Amino acid sequence: MELSLKAPKQAVEGSATWALSDRIGLVVCWALGLLFCAVAVAIVAFLFVKGVSYLELSMLTTPASAGFSQAESGGFSDALFGTMIVAVMAISLALPTGVATAIWLVEYGRPAALARITESTIEAIAGIPSIVLALFGTVIFSNTALGFLSRSSEGVVFGRSFFAASAMLSLVALPLVVASTREGLNSIPRHVREASYAVGKTKAATVRRILLPTSRPQVATGAMLGLGRIIGDTAIIIVLLGATQNFAPVEEAPFPLDYLRGAGTTLTNFVYEASPTGNLNQPEKAYAAAFVLLLMVLALNAAVDLVHRRARKVGTWSH
Amino acid sequence: MESLTSPPPIRRLQLEDPRAATEFLPPDAGSNGHAAQPSGFTAAKRSIKAPQFSIRRMEIDEVSVHYGAKEAVKRVSLPVRQGEVLSLIGPSGCGKTTLLRSLNRLTELTTTARLSGRILLDDVDIKLIEPTLLRRRVTMVFQQPNPFPMSVFDNIAYVLREQGSRRARKKALEPAVHSALDRAGLFEEVKDNLDHPALKLSGGQQQRLCIARALAAEPEVLLLDEPCSALDPKSTQVIEDLIVKLRDDVAVVIVTHNLQQAYRIADHVAFMYLGDLVEYNSATALFGSPRETRTQEYVSGAFG
Repeated sequence: MELSLKAPKQAVEGSATWALSDRIGLVVCWALGLLFCAVAVAIVAFLFVKGVSYLELSMLTTPASAGFSQAESGGFSDALFGTMIVAVMAISLALPTGVATAIWLVEYGRPAALARITESTIEAIAGIPSIVLALFGTVIFSNTALGFLSRSSEGVVFGRSFFAASAMLSLVALPLVVASTREGLNSIPRHVREASYAVGKTKAATVRRILLPTSRPQVATGAMLGLGRIIGDTAIIIVLLGATQNFAPVEEAPFPLDYLRGAGTTLTNFVYEASPTGNLNQPEKAYAAAFVLLLMVLALNAAVDLVHRRARKVGTWSH
Repeated sequence: MESLTSPPPIRRLQLEDPRAATEFLPPDAGSNGHAAQPSGFTAAKRSIKAPQFSIRRMEIDEVSVHYGAKEAVKRVSLPVRQGEVLSLIGPSGCGKTTLLRSLNRLTELTTTARLSGRILLDDVDIKLIEPTLLRRRVTMVFQQPNPFPMSVFDNIAYVLREQGSRRARKKALEPAVHSALDRAGLFEEVKDNLDHPALKLSGGQQQRLCIARALAAEPEVLLLDEPCSALDPKSTQVIEDLIVKLRDDVAVVIVTHNLQQAYRIADHVAFMYLGDLVEYNSATALFGSPRETRTQEYVSGAFG
């Protein structure tokens, strides 16, 4: 074959040379991408407009109360705090457990049979609908042995409390934390671990000082996704938190255990109740609460973005 | 060593100290009655003088390494000496990297690997040395530059600190960190940027940082696994000069694919093929007049 140095007569990758099906495919991808963006922008914009117009700062500081009009029925401060409490408690259970599980699976993985079982168990948990987890939670936390975690009197355990809801919500977040952390650890080349071992470091020291700090962005992503699921969950809140409109602390425990053992509510539950289908039917406050929820999620996204950006400054290995 | 600041001088080909060439012949390799033959190797310039001294630090004695049923290294015996650079050469998959990794028991990280034979470090079997302790005495630099994702300073400090601890404090470690960077010829370039992320250095600087890291543990033996294969020629020369400079302080073992490099910097060369140690000799002898046909073919480029 003769080598030709002449410029080709027409552009090699120009659209004119594409098959019709490829061109249609590209257009469809473009259209779907734009549609997706449009839907996301529409949701955020809609909630933003509604939220800004209905949200009053007093709603964030006054608890809900009984009343015949939206002006009389107070705000949703208890729900807001409830969301925060549940988020903090659930993620502080899920994050250490999930990260530790991921480290064990990726760095140790022995005995191999147990590791395989753990893997499929976590996948199974990820697939369980949260309402099923909630139902399972009622069985566990109504147990007399766990009476100290919720309201209980005369041997009857209520089984609904911040403890119970957070424990089950942590299971919702756990698979996301595990998956994300594993991804982070797996993306570190093997020779980097070996470089640490080759200067006499143990596996534990390598994990603590090299591998975990390196996978911080992925751990943060996992935690963010988990938190998103936690603060977005409604089923577990309704079944395991009691879904009262206000905090219902137990009397016999000292602060803050009285609140954590008692029932309560969160923003998602408030939005549900305040929406036209709910018992409260005050849609303006539903929009306001949904807007606050959205702001929380956007803040989480921004935080994770910051962690990723910082990691990029440190650089990574060439492969 | 002449540095890069002046144009590379034309070096006179240094003839090897004749004692070094005849000093040691491993039982497996070497004289099988073949007459020495012209190698066909196009010689690069040797950049080193004959070693001033040589002290035996490690002794590889009839070492075999199996990966499952596959024998990667077959009954290899070699000495590793301080004052000299030992180069392991051979085609891919010949077992040279496996042999190198068995010197600080890194092969043990591969669950299927099994080692038989003895490796002595200062006359003590390395099986009897606690692995983390051994790996501080026999440190290693890898093919890909792999600084840790932290600052230049912390990369060295990590080695100096006890396992996962954050002590000693930065101030206390400063002299040791500076001296390690200095020994690797990197201090002058990074002294104002010790807090910069190590992964933002150039490839050559990263690799010298890895050498500094390996030296910070004050090892007796330094293992280098194709340290220049990911680098440009200029960085390669800087590192080669550095390796030759280091041979008086530590015993250096370097695995390389690059025959010219082995010739430029090694005092002794071991040629391995399919797990066998085919020939071990001084670099000038092995490249100039190999005893074995396979060596001759390999160094002349008949296969690789």
